[in-house]
Amino acid sequence: MKRYSFSTIMLWAGLLFIYLPMLILVIYSFNGSRLVTVWGGWSLKWYIGLLDNTQLMNAVMRSLEIACYTAVAAVVLGTLAAFVLTRVTRFKGRTLFGGLVTAPLVMPEVITGLSLLLLFVAMAQLIGWPAERGILTIWIAHTTFCAAYVSVVVSARLRELDLSIEEAAMDLGAKPWKVFFLITVPMIAPSLAAGGMMSFALSLDDLVLASFVSGPGSTTLPMEIFSAVRLGVKPEINAVASLILLSVSLMTFIIWFFARRAEDRRKKAIQQAMDESTGAHLQNGPDSRRDPSQIHATA
Amino acid sequence: MNISRSISRRLPKGRHFVIGVPFIWLFMFFLLPFIIVLKISFAEAEVSIPPYTDVYTWAENKISLVLNLSNYIFLSEDDLYLAAYLGSLQMAFFSTLLCLLLGYPMAYAIARADKEMQLVYLLLIMMPTWTAILIRVYAWMGILSNNGLLNGFLQSIGLIDTPLQILNTNIAVYIGVVYSYLPFMVLPLYANLVKHDQSLLEAAADLGSSTYNSFWKITVPLSKNGIVAGCMLVFIPVVGEFVIPELLGGPETLMIGKVLWQEFFNNRDWPVASALAVVMLAILMIPIILFNRNQAKEMEGRA
Repeated sequence: MKRYSFSTIMLWAGLLFIYLPMLILVIYSFNGSRLVTVWGGWSLKWYIGLLDNTQLMNAVMRSLEIACYTAVAAVVLGTLAAFVLTRVTRFKGRTLFGGLVTAPLVMPEVITGLSLLLLFVAMAQLIGWPAERGILTIWIAHTTFCAAYVSVVVSARLRELDLSIEEAAMDLGAKPWKVFFLITVPMIAPSLAAGGMMSFALSLDDLVLASFVSGPGSTTLPMEIFSAVRLGVKPEINAVASLILLSVSLMTFIIWFFARRAEDRRKKAIQQAMDESTGAHLQNGPDSRRDPSQIHATA
Repeated sequence: MNISRSISRRLPKGRHFVIGVPFIWLFMFFLLPFIIVLKISFAEAEVSIPPYTDVYTWAENKISLVLNLSNYIFLSEDDLYLAAYLGSLQMAFFSTLLCLLLGYPMAYAIARADKEMQLVYLLLIMMPTWTAILIRVYAWMGILSNNGLLNGFLQSIGLIDTPLQILNTNIAVYIGVVYSYLPFMVLPLYANLVKHDQSLLEAAADLGSSTYNSFWKITVPLSKNGIVAGCMLVFIPVVGEFVIPELLGGPETLMIGKVLWQEFFNNRDWPVASALAVVMLAILMIPIILFNRNQAKEMEGRA
């Protein structure tokens, strides 16, 4: 019991450590004073000032655009990769494939960024494509590393699935692609959504990859923030950062809400199925009643 | 694996497509680039577009391959680079340790909380990873600076008279790294700890083992895969970290990610930057393989 309380204290200390700086940042974004360390009363002027900053707003729009494309492509690519890793157990080069899928998770961004840039430069020399670096090249870079995150999330879900449902459909003559779209995809839909949102957020956040593979005139929001922040703390940046923090928190809350609703529905379904089966089992004798109650204990 | 057999039996073309698309993408945009980095690390810097010489040339029906080792020799001769590699490894090692010490109890507490709260805690841990690392590091800049909140607070309670220099030192980098990478330690540890069978601990307790003893002899050994995954997820990216040392570190902070960035963007010396990347990758090869093996084990564990 003692250890339990120690770890709980650590958990709360850790959460405080994580959230306090962000909270301070948000509070100070409403600071009326230009001196970021002196409190000059509540004010919204830095937020209003953002709207006039066209350079920053352009960067925001560009980042959002890239993040949308990335989310879609990373979900498709990551799901395919996860499907191969969990369902196609034996083929030539599987170890290499597994390595290629998981390595982007840990690969330092400076290495990935540098190597992709050199690839694009070499390709431009060799085949003339991509003629210029910009949104397209950033999208390729982001998709590659976001797909790794998607495949981890999706493969975890694919492994939990009951294979017999897919097998049953195959035995009944459904084509593999039909099984995939009509049975597998609906069952893994929540993790597809989670992977998509994660890719969106990761793409929106990335500074290093974008700095390497972007070209002139395609500055993303993190690059814009970085060049401002390098010179010190600025109230306008506080406002942008707070907006990003608030939108991410809102997104997290929505995810929590839907996850809870899905969980409630699942529990209800289990309860219902249990009630029905208990009714059926009652006729067979008292012994067989033990199974449903065990489900209840673990649910 | 019934299903994979049915897939291969019924639609060999589909199988090739399903494997081929991600494979070709990852080969093109992840593996091939490393080969090009390796190639360019043997080139010479040149004032041209692109700013390096050709490694192999085709002239008079002869392919001439010139492997120029001078970049590597240059790296080994200048102490700055060695110091940067060592600095990065040291930073990565100690921050991984700190993350583990802080993250393990956190993951343990989440895994023991009731189901409803687990989801809340998990989202609270995950939320920061969806926010730009840049913003989280930036938040610390305002707190740690000489006239920042922390110094102001310490001065107001009379603990110190003159502001402490924390920003632009290694301490600030440690704070920033642990702060940014803590979630990556907690999440895999949680995923592992939550699967543990509680009856083992009960059995140990029934046989007279103390909680302390059971923790070290049962829980910790069982969570080995989680510890490896968490440590690698922190250690490997931190070695190449650029944003945190750039914003929070000072002149004493020598880290290889920052040096590589400067070589590339400030000096425009692409071949030396490539050589730096190749050496970094060589150093990280063992941890990366360890991580991939561990991931593969986890992935196949239940398949």
